[in-house]
Formats: sequence, C-alpha cells, structure tokens
Amino acid sequence: MADKVLMKGNEAIAEAAIIAGCRHYFGYPITPQTEIAAYMAKRMPKIGGCFLQAESEVAAINMVYGVSSTGHRVMTSSSSPGISLKSEGLSYLAGADLPALVVNVQRGGPGLGGIQPSQSDYYQATKAGGHGDFRMLVLAPASVQEMADLTVKGFELADKYRMTSMILADGTMGQMMEPVSLQYDVKEMPEKKWATTGTNMEREHNIVNSLFLQPDELEKSNIERFERYKYIEENEAMYEEYMMDDAEICIAAFGIASRVAKNAIVEARKKGIKVGMIRPITLWPFPNKPFLKASEKAHTFISVELSMGQMIDDVKLATKCRGEYVLCNRVGGMIPSPEEVLLAIETANKNGGAK
Amino acid sequence: MIYKRITLLCGHYGSGKTNIAVNMAYDLKKQNEKVLIADLDIVNPYFRTKDSAGEFEDLGIRLICSEYAGSNVDIPAMPQQIYSITDNKDQMCIIDVGGDDRGALALGRISDAIKQENNYEMIFVINCYRPLTRDAESTIEVMREIEEAGKIKFTAIINNSNLGEETEPSHIIKSLDYANEISQITGLPIICTAVDSKVYDSVKDIIPNAFPLKLQTKIN
Repeated sequence: MADKVLMKGNEAIAEAAIIAGCRHYFGYPITPQTEIAAYMAKRMPKIGGCFLQAESEVAAINMVYGVSSTGHRVMTSSSSPGISLKSEGLSYLAGADLPALVVNVQRGGPGLGGIQPSQSDYYQATKAGGHGDFRMLVLAPASVQEMADLTVKGFELADKYRMTSMILADGTMGQMMEPVSLQYDVKEMPEKKWATTGTNMEREHNIVNSLFLQPDELEKSNIERFERYKYIEENEAMYEEYMMDDAEICIAAFGIASRVAKNAIVEARKKGIKVGMIRPITLWPFPNKPFLKASEKAHTFISVELSMGQMIDDVKLATKCRGEYVLCNRVGGMIPSPEEVLLAIETANKNGGAK
Repeated sequence: MIYKRITLLCGHYGSGKTNIAVNMAYDLKKQNEKVLIADLDIVNPYFRTKDSAGEFEDLGIRLICSEYAGSNVDIPAMPQQIYSITDNKDQMCIIDVGGDDRGALALGRISDAIKQENNYEMIFVINCYRPLTRDAESTIEVMREIEEAGKIKFTAIINNSNLGEETEPSHIIKSLDYANEISQITGLPIICTAVDSKVYDSVKDIIPNAFPLKLQTKIN
C-alpha cells in the first residue's frame, strides 16, 4: 500500500501484523478490540494464513504457544478481562522463552468493568503479566499510525529477545480512525535454532518447555533471563519529549492521555507556564533516564492517567522521589479533559513544588 | 438535496455513515418540520449518532437509539421505538445503519415495511481510502453482503472518499473515477459526493453534486 489509507486503530494493528509476516492469529472476540479479529478473519484466508476463533482466551494463548514453538510469527489480541484469562499462558511463554505479540485494547475494570477506554492494566502489563519472575516488552501507541508501527516493532523485538511484546492500547486507540501509511522495511526474522521444526536426523531434539526438574537449573534460567532484561532496560527504552527544554512542570502520560495532555500544554504555554511532557512509548522498559534528567529542573510531575495512579509510581522511582507528584486522572471509561489537565498544571505552577 | 420519506445509510464500517446521517438530519430539518434520526447500529461500541444528542434536541430533531448506546452495556440492542419509523408516516426519517452485513442485519426487522411503503432511498456510502474497499470489486462485494443481510436493495450511492483530517481536494477528485466505476457496474446513481465543509467552496464547481459535511467526532 503506497498511499495513505484511513484506518481504525484495531485494523491498523491487524494489517501491520500481516505486513510483519504474521500468518497465524488466534483470538476470542471482546469489545473494544473485535475489529482485529474481524479484519484477520477477512484477510488471512486470502493470503494463505490461519485465522482461528478459539473456544476461549485460554485456548487462544496456548495456540500462540504452539505456533511460536515452531518458529513462526504469531499473535493474539484481547481486552482487559480477556488478558487476565491469558495470563497463565503469558507466564508459560516467558518460561519457555517464546516470542509472541499480544495486544491489549484496554477497557474499564476491574471485573467485567465496562467497554469504554481505560489504562488501568498498566500494573498488569508492566509488573504482573502472570505468575513467576518475568517481564514483557510493553509498547504504548498514541496514534493509529503508532498502532501499526509498534506492531511491526513488537514482532521484531519479540524475536530478538525471545519474549512477549505487548501492545498496550486503550479502547479509544482501537476505535478511532486516522490516516496511516503502511510502508515498512521489515527486518528479516532472525534464525530460530531453538524451534521445533523437525531434526531431519541432523541435530539433537529441540525441547520447548517451562518445566525444570532441578531447582538449580530453574534458578539458572531465571538469572540468565534477567541478564537479558537488564540489557533491554539499558537499550530499548523509547519515549517522546514535548517542550521539555525549560520545563519546570513535567507531565507523564502515554496513549490517549498524552494527546489530551498535549492540548493542555499548548494552552498552559500561552499563559507562560513552563510545562512539558515525557511520553513513554515503552512502558517496560520504562524510560527512566529522561525522567531523572527532567527532575533536575522540574519541581512537579503530573501523571495523567486513565487509572487510579499506576504509572505515577514508576515516575517516582525514575526520579528518586525528589519532586512533587500529582495525579490527574479519570477512570471507568472516562477520559480526562484538556481543561482538567490545564487546571492541574495551573495549580502545580501556583504551588511551585511546595508540599 | 431532495429526500424521500426514509433515507437509509449503509456501508462498510468506518465509511462515514454516522457523519453523513447527522449532517443529513440537519439539512432535512431546514426543509421539514418533523425530522427523525434513528441509530440502528448494533455493532459499533463508540462514536454513535447519540454523541450529537444535544444538538438534535436544540434543533428539534427526534433521535431514537438504543438506550444502551454509549453506555457500558455491550449488547446488540435495538431502539424500543423502531416501529415508529414505518408507523408514523407524517415524519421524514434518516436511518443510520451499522457497518457491513452484520450491522445491516438489524435492518431486516423493518425492511419489509419500508419496501411496502416504497418511499425510500437506500444509500450505499463508499470510501476508497478504507483498506478493505479500495477498488470497485471489493466495494461491490461488501455491498452485496449488506443487501443480503438487510433484505433490501440499494437505490443510490454517496461517495464519501476521505482521509480524515488529512483529506485534500485532490483526494476527493481522485476518487471520482472509483465512484463512477461502481455506479456503472451496479447501475446506481451517485446522489452526492461528501466534502468537508472547510474545503467545500474550493471544490463545489469541480465536483458534481458536492454535499458539505461538518465533521462530528473529534478526539484531541
């Protein structure tokens, strides 16, 4: 597709996955991400791929495990309650060091919650995707274009590090329509010597498993995995800085919240308030360095979230708790308005970092 | 624009049906006292006709839609007053139908009564910048699926080819061949080409039957 097309965020993820070489999609419908499955159902049969509506989310994530074991690019998608169901499988993928792309188009929670947008699975995605010591690469798009770009990137990172990449979007990102360009130089998939592709009687059997019979071997696998995580934390953090050069107030926001915050920053700047934003694009690894640097000048950090204050903890850790921290949030499917963010900025400016 | 008593808007999801329906209701209100807009979308969870409920009330346009639209109730519900579309014949109606064949299923409920009265325009909304309807062939495939699900045939086309906020007049001009091809193959007339009201003046002489659209939904 040479020209731009008008796409829903959910469709952009699906088409980008196909461009990235994904030919296997397993899922179970749930609002507000069902368009991903609908798009795959239409497209996959036409390109020799496999679309399968599984009998449940648990089945779908285990199908992902199976295809990934054979070395192919594979994905599943869901929304908040469905991701909780997949969490056992996410842990197994991590334990077997299998690459996969998992999409969470978040809706309000906890429980069945609602179908309107939310960011309240931040902790789940960045800290507790399932049981055991493991991490996922968590990518947070803020436009339909980024929904596509980060899907391609997500597959590449997943293969590079033999991990799950999670696209952490929200209902608005999934449903909104914007023009996108889908031109990518997709990197060649790395050779997967570990995949179960048949030995041809020429090599030892490959075994894909997350069960270790000896505790010392299990310990060793955990330590090796965390050395990899350390490398990723040093090298793969992505973020966007907006008007941060002279910022005395720093907004932290990702996804839809960052778009609202941008509007508020423009208004605040008109009033002479020195405010900027750091928008994490990877939520894990969290971009600690720019936040630490910002804390040299900024007296207050405002975390704009569609959750009850989750990312704000990572902002505190990144800045070693040396500033003032303010939460500006709406939950339950509501989105903070630019006016609400502006009010938080003005109040922070008046207080000047005083407790 | 000249309207039949019932105007039905169907098409591929994301083709712009809701936006056109809302604009048509405003346009129709200038010509008629009693105007009804009905949201029959049973598919789309966000961006509904109901988002413009305040404006409709101010203008005296009657809105009927599922009482669950825009809420957290995730069920394909129909509005309770759906039969007033065909029962009350002294009003003009704009009907916003859900996308694709799945959305058109809701239409099957009232399509017999609509056909019987025989004072309707069944409009197919098209946009060549949507990835699954980029050419005439794939667009007509969607069209046939909708007709089958809704149990009613199309009578006209609206060309709503656009790239959202990045739409340039050249994009619309480029889409005219696509719309004409669909019109020729299906034998359906193109009753208008929808154009963002911001560029309407610059293109109204180049594009036949241009219809100015005020964009409804905008998220930061």
